[in-house]
Amino acid sequence: MYPPAFDYLRAESVEEALDLLSDTEDAELLAGGHSLLPTIKSGLADPGTLIDVGGIDDLSGVETTEEGVWIGATTTYADALKSETLAERAPAVADAIGEIGDVQVRNRGTVGGNVAHADPASDLPGPLLAADATVHVRGADGERSIPIDDYFLAMYATAIEEGEIVTGIEIPACEGSGAYVKKTSPSSGYAVVGVGVRLAVSGGEIESARVGANGAFGYGRRLGPVEEFLAGETIDGGDVAAEAGERATADVEEWELIEDIDTSSEFRGRLLEAYAERAVDRALDRAG
Amino acid sequence: MPVETVEAEDVRAGEFAGSAVKRREDPHLLTGEARYTDDVQYPRMAHLALLGSQYGHAEIGAIDTSAAEESEGVLAVYTHEDLTESGIDGTMPAADPENGVAVERPLLARERVRYQGQPVAAVVAEGRYDAFRALDLIEVEYDRLEAAPELEDALAEGAPRLHDAAEGNVCFESETGDEEATEEAFSDADHTVALTVANNRVIPTAMEPRAAVARYRKSEDALIVELSSQNPHSVQDRLSDVLDVPEHRVTVRVPDVGGGFGAKLQPYSGHLLSAWCAMALERPIKWQARRTDDFQSMVHARHQETEIEAALSAEGDLLGLRGHIDADLGGYATGGGVGIPQGTAAMLCGQYDVPAGHVSVRGVFTNTAPISAYRGAGRPEAAYVIERLGSACARELEIDPAEFRRRNFIPSKEFPVETALGRSYDSGDYEKTLDRALEIVGYDGFRQRQEAAREEEKYLGIGFSSYVEVCGGSSGDMEGGLVRMNPEGGVVVGTGTQDTGQGHATSFAQVVADELGVDYDAVEVIEGDTDRVPEGGGTAGSRSLPMGGGALREAAGRLVEKGRTIAAHQLEASEADIEFDDGEFRVRGVPDRTVTIEAVAEAAYSPGDLPEGVDAGMEETAFFTPEGSTAPFGTHVAIVEVDPDTGELGFERYVAVDDVGTQINPKLVEGQIKGGIAQGIGQAVYEEGRYDENANLATGSLQDYAMPKSWQLPEVDWESTETPSPNNPLGAKGVGEAGTIAAMPAVVNAAIDALSPFGVDDLDAPLSEETLWRAARGETR
Ligand SMILES: Cc1cc2nc3c(=O)[nH]c(=O)nc-3n(C[C@H](O)[C@H](O)[C@H](O)COP(=O)(O)OP(=O)(O)OC[C@H]3O[C@@H](n4cnc5c(N)ncnc54)[C@H](O)[C@@H]3O)c2cc1C
Repeated sequence: MYPPAFDYLRAESVEEALDLLSDTEDAELLAGGHSLLPTIKSGLADPGTLIDVGGIDDLSGVETTEEGVWIGATTTYADALKSETLAERAPAVADAIGEIGDVQVRNRGTVGGNVAHADPASDLPGPLLAADATVHVRGADGERSIPIDDYFLAMYATAIEEGEIVTGIEIPACEGSGAYVKKTSPSSGYAVVGVGVRLAVSGGEIESARVGANGAFGYGRRLGPVEEFLAGETIDGGDVAAEAGERATADVEEWELIEDIDTSSEFRGRLLEAYAERAVDRALDRAG
Repeated sequence: MPVETVEAEDVRAGEFAGSAVKRREDPHLLTGEARYTDDVQYPRMAHLALLGSQYGHAEIGAIDTSAAEESEGVLAVYTHEDLTESGIDGTMPAADPENGVAVERPLLARERVRYQGQPVAAVVAEGRYDAFRALDLIEVEYDRLEAAPELEDALAEGAPRLHDAAEGNVCFESETGDEEATEEAFSDADHTVALTVANNRVIPTAMEPRAAVARYRKSEDALIVELSSQNPHSVQDRLSDVLDVPEHRVTVRVPDVGGGFGAKLQPYSGHLLSAWCAMALERPIKWQARRTDDFQSMVHARHQETEIEAALSAEGDLLGLRGHIDADLGGYATGGGVGIPQGTAAMLCGQYDVPAGHVSVRGVFTNTAPISAYRGAGRPEAAYVIERLGSACARELEIDPAEFRRRNFIPSKEFPVETALGRSYDSGDYEKTLDRALEIVGYDGFRQRQEAAREEEKYLGIGFSSYVEVCGGSSGDMEGGLVRMNPEGGVVVGTGTQDTGQGHATSFAQVVADELGVDYDAVEVIEGDTDRVPEGGGTAGSRSLPMGGGALREAAGRLVEKGRTIAAHQLEASEADIEFDDGEFRVRGVPDRTVTIEAVAEAAYSPGDLPEGVDAGMEETAFFTPEGSTAPFGTHVAIVEVDPDTGELGFERYVAVDDVGTQINPKLVEGQIKGGIAQGIGQAVYEEGRYDENANLATGSLQDYAMPKSWQLPEVDWESTETPSPNNPLGAKGVGEAGTIAAMPAVVNAAIDALSPFGVDDLDAPLSEETLWRAARGETR
């Protein structure tokens, strides 16, 4: 489809972007454009002005921090994948980024754009929830950080407020193991379900676990019963993964699961269990 | 092992045919040099965009175009009335079936729309964006009607009627075979096996959406249309018909084409209206369909629902076959829509010796995009039905499915044959491809392996498809081939077939180079220009090599004969003593008295050097008609694993052994087969065009419609046998569609076999995870 006309502005710095955002009516930030442009083309959005933040150097890059790892908002997936630190310290997130779209999508799409867009079927909500990430934003009133547990509010809705820009995502280093697996939609390539797992492991025992899912619900959500079960299990304890998987829907009502033309909510629940099992299995494998 | 390609320069002259010469079109296509219709630009070119109906079934009231007309850059806005006012009737030729009704197909909707996306109005504007912006400003009064998107809806009592002429939404009914003999066979049978088989709707999705650029030169009254098409001559014909201009004033050219698969055989409203607008506005007009336009208003394919039943002896011999096909035509009947299901009916004997058969067909209108040809056009539907039935018979009679097939094959010594349903097969050796496929796949040990895997809760299944199809032109078909040798020895050849990715420039050059004994690189192939190539039938039904290659070979042969006359004159020998070999004319028994064909060609353009009575020039055109169609065949075997807990299907093995007659270029054959398999697996596992109950297309984009990607497809172990066709001089059978025809039943049969421990004996494609998961739980969705 062909988009309606819009103005295009390019910001060189976060300050400039914030100024432009507050001065321009009906403006929308543009990063990789891989969610926004399809949305405009299909007639679901019609912003008057796009403010391109993709070229702001300060916002791009993966850095090792004392606590863990920082991913700048405009870091493309392809660049993020080059980071060894990310793979080491946030294995579930690195897995997920590697599973997004195809090469072209990974060359353009950005981590910040992904979390700002908050598509329920995107691959980052689950692993970011598992990784206990923090989303950093900046607005006219300065910076604030949003714990990931408070970040995803509803379909395409997040805790980012009007006039704020995502600057980066901070992830505490994973002291143990993690993984992300997804059931890829045969048509769109997005996640029919995706499950991210992070295990804190000590002496062969799982001290605590965080497990997050995307694709299954209207927004990214943690799988509490799976986490509770995993805490205290041993990493080579027989059917741990299978038993964990079984609990993926334990506190889920069927209506909470997404239903679309390809997949009923009932079957999506089944996939959620299966992929929770696989994600745990993979994380356990890596822990061993 | 994939076929190894060879460089043409490493092939001995005269041995090009049969060699896997590297495709000469690839550098052009892969380096971005290719020029598609949308790359064609002219000064003052304006853009055409079409407004598609928002609804699947509605009466159209007033259409207010005033706001659109005032929109920036807009040159004109047209509705159906404007077409009739210009003196044309504003329709495309209607399919006129025997035993049925013809319904008008308007270029722009008149009074009613019958599928979502049906063109309603047209905008021409300076820029493409201007045109699309204006589309949104056209106001159409729709009075929505109850819709019938499914066959079931359209055939129900009290169903909304789409066309006044078509009672009960039935467009036509037909039958083939001998009903009485069939009933007798059934009354004598020890067993009968019945099955209902649905061929799911698929949406042909070529990489390049439809496009056209039309120019009108007023001073010459000449119309030149460049478009993405499979059949330039039929487009020329259609343009002349619809626009009421003499055919000789119409030139059709085809730039590079990014895939057609049958859906680009006939011109659509957009192509025809580009030409009409070019004449009305006297400006070059470009129409480039968007992906969504192609999804909604290009033809769809396949959708048929079939009841089929076999009569069998106690030992498992097929005695008879009877059935009925309900074929979805969509909102309007195309020639393909009417012809394809009748072709399906005629193909239902498959590879089997069936003494008696009878199949009836009913073509039904629904509120969906019109159905027409897609790779295989009628034969994939038939192969799917008969190969599903074959496996069902084997299961019911507890005979091994490979053995059941073997026992019922038409014996190789019986060819040519005509089946009980009226199709002729030219040649075949069905056991050979089956045997080889079983050997490659290791069938001997498979059942044990399957048993052992089941113990470990791994569910493997094997599926067979022993297919035959009929293609490659017919005795009622003709194709033109032109071969010209220039004075300096270069060869230019042209035919009316149309490459859309197949590699004609490679294979036709191989055929002609051998025939003339010249260098492969000396031969240039032209297609896609009605001014430069002789009349022909385009590329469809895998006819290009058997027909176009046949025509070129015949024309080249005539050229050699002319050369022989000239050579005899030059060598001062009698024509009967001139031998031709390796590009040289020789006097028999006098090895040093020779002249090359290039030297002969040079002489041919110097009238003084020619014998009396011989016209100057070295050029021949042949119109070739084969003895009959060709019947490629083979056996494909799929081994899949299905996880009953998630419904996930994985391919363990896919083996294909195909016989497409004599192969001119084994690499091209391999590519055609593998690409074809991808499309067959697409229909089996991923693809389905779906409408909601209001006849809105629910799968109208690549986000929602699962065209398979490479990672979703198995590696294919491919081998071939070569049983030449007696019906054309090359011995070649068509290869463009065989893979697609073969693949679907192999995969679905394999999935059924995998889930048989769960009591599954029937599955409907596409085999989505949910479908398989539910089947393993004894449910349907
Ligand atoms: C063919 C295709 C396949 C895809 N497959 C997948 C997949 O498998 N998995 C998956 O997860 N995703 C997939 N995507 C989506 C892709 O990951 C997008 O790139 C991503 O969702 C958005 O990132 P972006 O940089 O492109 O953002 P944009 O499209 O530029 O912006 C998206 C939204 O975020 C806002 N935004 C962008 N940057 C910021 C910022 N710094 N601060 C605040 N707001 C901001 C924009 O205003 C806009 O509303 C696919 C996309 C395509 C086109």
